[in-house]
Amino acid sequence: MPDITQPPDSTATSHFAVEMRGIVKRFPGVLANDHTDFTLKRGEVHALLGENGAGKSTLMNILAGLYKPDAGAILVNGQPVHFNSPRDAIAAGLGMVHQHFMLVPTQTVTENIILGLSEPRFFLPMAELDRRILALQEQYGLKVDPKAKIWQLSVGEQQRVEILKMLYRGAKVLIMDEPTAVLTPQEVEELFVTLRAMVARGHSIIFISHKLDEVLAISNRITVLRQGRVTAAGIPAQGTTKTQLAQLMVGREVVFTIDKQPCRPGEVVLAVEDVCAENDRGLPALRHFSIRVRAGEIVGIAGVAGNGQSELAQVITGLRRCSCGRVMIAGEDVANQAPHAAIQRRVAYIPEDRHGVGSSPGLSLADNLIMKNHREPPISNGWVLNLPMIRRQANQLKDQYNIMAPSVDVQARLLSGGNLQKAILAREMSAGPRLIIAVQPTRGLDVGAIEAVHHALLKERDRGTAILLISEELEEIMALSDRIVGIYEGQHMGELKAEEATLTKIGLMMAGTPQGDVAGRVNNVGELTG
Amino acid sequence: MIDWIVILQAGVASGTVLLFAAIGGIMTERSGVMNLGIEGMMLIGAMTAYKTAVVLGQPWLGLLLAMLAAGALSLLHAVVSIHLQADQVVSGLAINFVGIGLSMVLGEGLSKAGAVSLLPSITLPLVSDIPILGPILFTNHNPMTYVGYVLTPAAWFYINRTRPGLHLRAVGEHPAAADALGINVYRLRYRYVFVGGLLAGLAGGTISLAVSPGWFSELTTSGQGWIAVGLVIFAQWNPWRAAAGAYMFGALRRLILDLQGPQTLLWFANPFYYMPKLGFFLQMLPYALVILILFIGSREALKKRMGAPAALGVPYIRGERGL
Repeated sequence: MPDITQPPDSTATSHFAVEMRGIVKRFPGVLANDHTDFTLKRGEVHALLGENGAGKSTLMNILAGLYKPDAGAILVNGQPVHFNSPRDAIAAGLGMVHQHFMLVPTQTVTENIILGLSEPRFFLPMAELDRRILALQEQYGLKVDPKAKIWQLSVGEQQRVEILKMLYRGAKVLIMDEPTAVLTPQEVEELFVTLRAMVARGHSIIFISHKLDEVLAISNRITVLRQGRVTAAGIPAQGTTKTQLAQLMVGREVVFTIDKQPCRPGEVVLAVEDVCAENDRGLPALRHFSIRVRAGEIVGIAGVAGNGQSELAQVITGLRRCSCGRVMIAGEDVANQAPHAAIQRRVAYIPEDRHGVGSSPGLSLADNLIMKNHREPPISNGWVLNLPMIRRQANQLKDQYNIMAPSVDVQARLLSGGNLQKAILAREMSAGPRLIIAVQPTRGLDVGAIEAVHHALLKERDRGTAILLISEELEEIMALSDRIVGIYEGQHMGELKAEEATLTKIGLMMAGTPQGDVAGRVNNVGELTG
Repeated sequence: MIDWIVILQAGVASGTVLLFAAIGGIMTERSGVMNLGIEGMMLIGAMTAYKTAVVLGQPWLGLLLAMLAAGALSLLHAVVSIHLQADQVVSGLAINFVGIGLSMVLGEGLSKAGAVSLLPSITLPLVSDIPILGPILFTNHNPMTYVGYVLTPAAWFYINRTRPGLHLRAVGEHPAAADALGINVYRLRYRYVFVGGLLAGLAGGTISLAVSPGWFSELTTSGQGWIAVGLVIFAQWNPWRAAAGAYMFGALRRLILDLQGPQTLLWFANPFYYMPKLGFFLQMLPYALVILILFIGSREALKKRMGAPAALGVPYIRGERGL
């Protein structure tokens, strides 16, 4: 491996907007940053790359004033600074756009932007404030209606509000934490245009990501972190390859393609027909949505978060009522039945919300592992739990699925995200499912854990299980799926076969333009109901 | 014969009590803290106000002390639910028992007090001459009624059109977002729990010194604090709707009493006159309605549709890793 690590440019400090030197941050049991250095030149886009848990977000949360470093120094424009709160960092011209937006959904764009400012003192001259924000939008080409409530906006628009919030506070340095994770490919392009416009106006940008293509497309320099240490300090993006970066990130060679056996679809296991459902706010989430999944195939649902994917998974598993349509599992309608109906038909569910739906954080790992078959022998006789058997089975699953935990008695909430996900997989897969509903199965996991999840899903597919994969990671959808269905505002946007799917076509479906085999979905329904 | 003017006039007066308590509840709940202790706080207020009037002969000072006493009780709720992050429903219920118990003990013997100086009755010049509205709204009312007229628009304006109001809403909807922008979530929640306490105390004092003067132990407030809790939800946390509901409930209470008076209603024999037990049934109705409203309020999905503050009832803990 070439030695790309080099000391940060130590000549004239003046052309650095930010310097972080020897930053150390410990969390209980974790050394998140181990003498990490980072420099940001004025007027550059500097990508901070690393796997989940590499310490990128921690480093940037320190720079944004949310955490205090245990050791190390921060210099802004050559001056040492000490931040006690985000307010101090903002005052020094550093603004962070968080991955999970920090916006108040019921308030307007303008209200969110002026929130927390000491000016105006008491009365809010809304018309005047709206005008000021429009003027700011004009400068940077960030269009969004100042009077709109946040919940009415698309994710891309919400991100613009976050950026405007920081610009309104006079931030010269913008820290963008995984800004593309929630965007369609087209929205990513728009974001890049905005970022370039900001750089042209003298802003500097730190771009946190684990997506290699984007990093190479937008940044001037790249810093790579692995396990809290710098493995590449500000190397120029030009001339660097994806493979090099991946190696720096993971520390070993990474295979980007997944070996897949040809798909041999069997009979239809899941047929969702003409389903309508509402979201928690009582607004339509699914509008006459139909889809079917055969045994031995993976159908991927591509869509921007909040377009009905979560609700679809909930309707199928019985966790949400549907107001019309049918949910046929192996030929029986289970719509609006209790979740038990789906469990009895051997439906495995890997939910989006690992802590709230996928597990009971306060119960032990063992209890979580038997949560689905606790009614049946040998786990129980219907009344009394067979504790030795529970422990034996839990230990077996723990070994089989490589769940890292001190024992099966440890509370589920103490497991790391990856290990908790492995535990959920262990519970769901060990039941020998006929249908798997997997929602964001790899979100927040590191590369190793992602590989494990992908292999587990492909193994189930080859065994003849029907799999519905819902994910916002387009690369994951494209790598695993045999068919890809686009969803937009709860509507079916068409279907693409894996081989004909391109990022552009999927992106268009996600943005509401029907693609591919749109007519096919209607026929599918007719064929099934007949 | 039922005199509608009298009923509406009395409705406005007794509705003011509900209005104070409900607007206090709105302030507290908009900041994200559930307030089920209103009844107890009102009772403490009613007792304090009346006792001050009896002992010192100072009704105005009584009102002030009523607010402070209920405010102090509300701070107990604040400590338990904000700093100690206890279940806010349990804490609110406990506050009720503390309030009821304390006021019974401290109010011992108050009901036998003789002549007590109460709040004066005021008729506003000019506006009281307006037909129909004049006698209902501006004639022979205690000063607190007029305060109530001002309080509703003021509260609405404060919540929706001022900077502190914006911060109040942000803390109740998305405390993490407010925190990230340097707003002190705990301080604001303390402040608005206290404001809720002050207004509940004022409501109690208004009962014992003006609307139905005297001390009748827990019957002084007779569950009006609970009606206020229901009103907050019924009003969807909006002061204008709270005002409408408060005056409506006030008028309803009086109407139920007056229904039992006349021998005929609309040329028919009045069933409430001949069967007084039916009156009790009518008196129960507002409370049954409150149970229904509270049922709605406890259903998570329904609550979201009603527009409850998103962080209502959820203690705020800044994340150790990530926010």
